[in-house]
Amino acid sequence: MHAEPELFHYTLGLADDALVLGQRLCEWCSNAPFLEEDLALANVALDFMGRARMLYSHAATLEGAGRDEDALAYLRDCREYRNLLIMELPRGDFAFSTARQFLVDAFNLPFLEDLCRSRDPELAGIAGKALKESRYHYRRSRDWVLRLGDGTAESHRRLQRAFDEIWGYTHELFRAGEAEQRLVAAGFAPDRPALRARWEALVVPVLAEATLRRPEDAWSVDGGREGTHTEHLGHLLSELQFMQRAYPGLQW
Amino acid sequence: MVPGQHMPLFEVFIRSRRGLDHKHVGSLHAETHQQALEYARDCYTRRSEGVSIWVVRSGDIVASQEEDAGEFFDPMDDKPYRHATHYRLPPEVDNM
Repeated sequence: MHAEPELFHYTLGLADDALVLGQRLCEWCSNAPFLEEDLALANVALDFMGRARMLYSHAATLEGAGRDEDALAYLRDCREYRNLLIMELPRGDFAFSTARQFLVDAFNLPFLEDLCRSRDPELAGIAGKALKESRYHYRRSRDWVLRLGDGTAESHRRLQRAFDEIWGYTHELFRAGEAEQRLVAAGFAPDRPALRARWEALVVPVLAEATLRRPEDAWSVDGGREGTHTEHLGHLLSELQFMQRAYPGLQW
Repeated sequence: MVPGQHMPLFEVFIRSRRGLDHKHVGSLHAETHQQALEYARDCYTRRSEGVSIWVVRSGDIVASQEEDAGEFFDPMDDKPYRHATHYRLPPEVDNM
């Protein structure tokens, strides 16, 4: 099988996931509830930025078309972005960001564990580094879910609302298009549908312990991997890409 | 956490590498010991400054008082024989 073009698109999707979520987390910088949490969140954000850089660089190599990591991050439009929708939703209140982070961190653990065994040694190496970070991220976001869910009436209400609003976006984490399924069969990519049980084992007991109700699987949306995004991604990119769009080639 | 009310204060101690002592590096606010440990990791070890962290509630530290300085410390001033200053240390012995 000739894997390069498919592996390029796959890696690009993972890079977009990391960049867009990292950007959402960066929006908390100087806006978090208190100083210590501000620093901690920025730390997590930078982990995702570092992940995005490694993945974009690798994607650029796989593409072999002369584009570098910056060209991939700053010079693609909304419809060319391949991130999952859950990553691009606005940061909302602290409860919403906590719920999103917890669900994504819990997904990243089994996903990265399996990606460590990818036949692509570069992807496996990036996954190995990211896995250590994600273990810490999950520990933090799990703590916050317990703290807010089992906290005051207000924090409980807001966190439950956040999980209800975001739950339908989690299904996209477990979907794979045909190209990705070929990469799974060839040993390059983790099998997303098969990760669900391990994800639920990290999510459902914590919700119960936090006195939260697991939302119903009543609705779901997807389309991020095909470039069909929510209205929010364009606004995010206009801020993220402003400098390179206004001053092409600018460096500092 | 009640708005406008500070969470408990913790003191943070970091051991920068094996063989050295934990050193006081600063303080932070957190709800619990566990959270204090995680914030210490995020606030004070971002540039790989440490291999081990201690946190302790600031209120649990018993400190000597300024007015006790006379009876606590002055009597040591005239006992130079207690200082091991006359030994020449080989350069291999660091951190003494």
